[in-house]
Amino acid sequence: MVLVEPFARMATNPAFLIQVIWEGFVSGVLYALIALGFVLIFKASGVFNFAQGIMVVFAALTLVGLHEAGVPAWVAVALALVVMYVLAVGVERIVLRPLVNQPDIILLMATIGLTRVLVGFGELVFGGEPKVMIASELGIPSGVWRIPLFDRVVVIKLIDLTAAIVAIVMVGGLAFFFSRTRIGRALRAVADDHQAALSVGISLEQIWVIVWFAAGLVALVTGIMWGARSDVSFALEIIALKALPVLILGGFTSVPGAIVGGLIIGIGEKIGEIYWGRLIGGGIESWLAYMIALLFLLFRPQGLFGEKIIERV
Amino acid sequence: MFYREAGQFKTGYADDMAVFPIRQDRIGIAVILAIAYVAVPMFGSPFFVSTIMIPMLILTMAAIGLNILTGYAGLISLGTGAFMGVGAYACFKLATAFPDVNVLVWVLASGFFSAAVGVVFGLPSLRIKGLYLAVATLAAQFFLQWCFVRVGWLTNYSSSGSIEAARRSLLGVQITGPGASETARYLCVLTLLVALTWIASNIVRGRIGRKWMMVRDMDIAAELMGVRLLPTKLLAFAVSSYFCGVAGAMLLFFHYGSMESIAFNIELSFQVLFMVIIGGLGSMIGSYLGAGFIAALPVVIKFAPQILGIELPSAVVDQVTVMIIGGLIIFFLIVEPHGFARLWQIGKQKLRVWPFPY
Repeated sequence: MVLVEPFARMATNPAFLIQVIWEGFVSGVLYALIALGFVLIFKASGVFNFAQGIMVVFAALTLVGLHEAGVPAWVAVALALVVMYVLAVGVERIVLRPLVNQPDIILLMATIGLTRVLVGFGELVFGGEPKVMIASELGIPSGVWRIPLFDRVVVIKLIDLTAAIVAIVMVGGLAFFFSRTRIGRALRAVADDHQAALSVGISLEQIWVIVWFAAGLVALVTGIMWGARSDVSFALEIIALKALPVLILGGFTSVPGAIVGGLIIGIGEKIGEIYWGRLIGGGIESWLAYMIALLFLLFRPQGLFGEKIIERV
Repeated sequence: MFYREAGQFKTGYADDMAVFPIRQDRIGIAVILAIAYVAVPMFGSPFFVSTIMIPMLILTMAAIGLNILTGYAGLISLGTGAFMGVGAYACFKLATAFPDVNVLVWVLASGFFSAAVGVVFGLPSLRIKGLYLAVATLAAQFFLQWCFVRVGWLTNYSSSGSIEAARRSLLGVQITGPGASETARYLCVLTLLVALTWIASNIVRGRIGRKWMMVRDMDIAAELMGVRLLPTKLLAFAVSSYFCGVAGAMLLFFHYGSMESIAFNIELSFQVLFMVIIGGLGSMIGSYLGAGFIAALPVVIKFAPQILGIELPSAVVDQVTVMIIGGLIIFFLIVEPHGFARLWQIGKQKLRVWPFPY
């Protein structure tokens, strides 16, 4: 029953299946964007940045907050980027520099502490209630496309389409930046070996600031896109936790892995929720991603594209 | 001068292996127990006992549990909250199904259910460790929390979805449920904690604890020396989850009295993790100090402005509390990554040579 019925439903209504896959694809793109922020920082400093989720919220809140204070939309974007830069510098100075060479768990804890600071500070400055993202001011279209398919209609929101396109463009840009530019090469050197990079004259501090700023940029874009689909609120922080299974799937150090992992998790959990979820009580979205990741770990512990550095016992 | 072990000779192996080999430590622990058992219930205000002491002691129990897993066996877990939940729900089911048996028995027994669940989610630990394992335990966190909400049997199909501690008594004194005096609840919690701490400290000093530390420090070397990794790691998960489960059951029966599944969320897991890290990984005393710090800090921050005469809206106080806790965590990690337990050690060393600096 549980095994047959969902497939029967998929077969009898393919348009709905495509709709579900599209929804999963879009949330997968957004998971992938958050995971991308993690990967950037993990690659360059070995820090598992738990604060990426709250950085998304914080960036989006800054943007909306500035616009509410009367700043024009695009200027607000620029100012939000400045705030993210200041944050990156501050994190590097205050948190990371004194903690060089500490074990993983200490660095992870430090970013959890950072999460708390940002949550408290964000609520203090912007208030705890959800805010509406300034989507139309930023020129994000709000209509829908109705595509007739298999005698039914597939609805595609233009916001979602924009989000997907922006994500693709940004990932392409970052890939170009990291593989073709001077700073990108320096970053990969730092990721390989901190000491060797230092000894050939690469400034570790500078690279960390750049990487955290890049993560802040990704956070801002993610915040705008996610905020345009729902509201901007601290509840978004929980989506950061969804990025963890994405990372497991894709590998902690792989940019393409983050994207493929994000799509697998996004589509997988939507299909699971819609077709199987109601058979066992609903709401399985909260843990399905982790279970997929856990099963995956048993077969390929380093992830789809990860380097084989995971310590095996 | 007062803390010097010169002249305290050991004449047998038993003396050598004692938990407190130094006389001053034995006196100190006796004084602390006397204060905890006599002075606190006699002189502590009801607010102090029920709002600070009881949750602090319960969270200490959870911190000891997580410290066994993370500090001694080196396995990171973010699922503590869910394991505590398993204990609470198991205790609720047992206490409602068998009302004649003393509730303390069920509190202790509920830990075994938590241990069983912990072992199941510990299974991946053979293949993965570190941050990957942390994600595996997050799977436990979210899956179990979902179970608490969706499986009606766990809450006896209560319409509100919450579980409640029934009225139960021990030796004619009511210890759980509405109307139980805070002194009675406090003494139950304290006794359970002291007993289980004694058991835990003996486990970690013995053969099993040594094995855990070997696995933590270098698992491959441990395996070469004949430690079988899977049973050792699973035992760590089992013992750790047992303590967390008992802590969860105590949280329901002796502190809140009525709880919803949301209480066992990831925030609780983080809170316990903070305690372990700030207190000191791999140290029993650290679990106490860390739990005391994290549990008492919000209360202190809440009342400090009032004492100083500053009036702040409660929302602002909450936000500032969150910020200060986050900041303090970072501060402690930078200044003393080995936690309060290390400070305690340094203090003892200073006392040993006092009044001389070396």
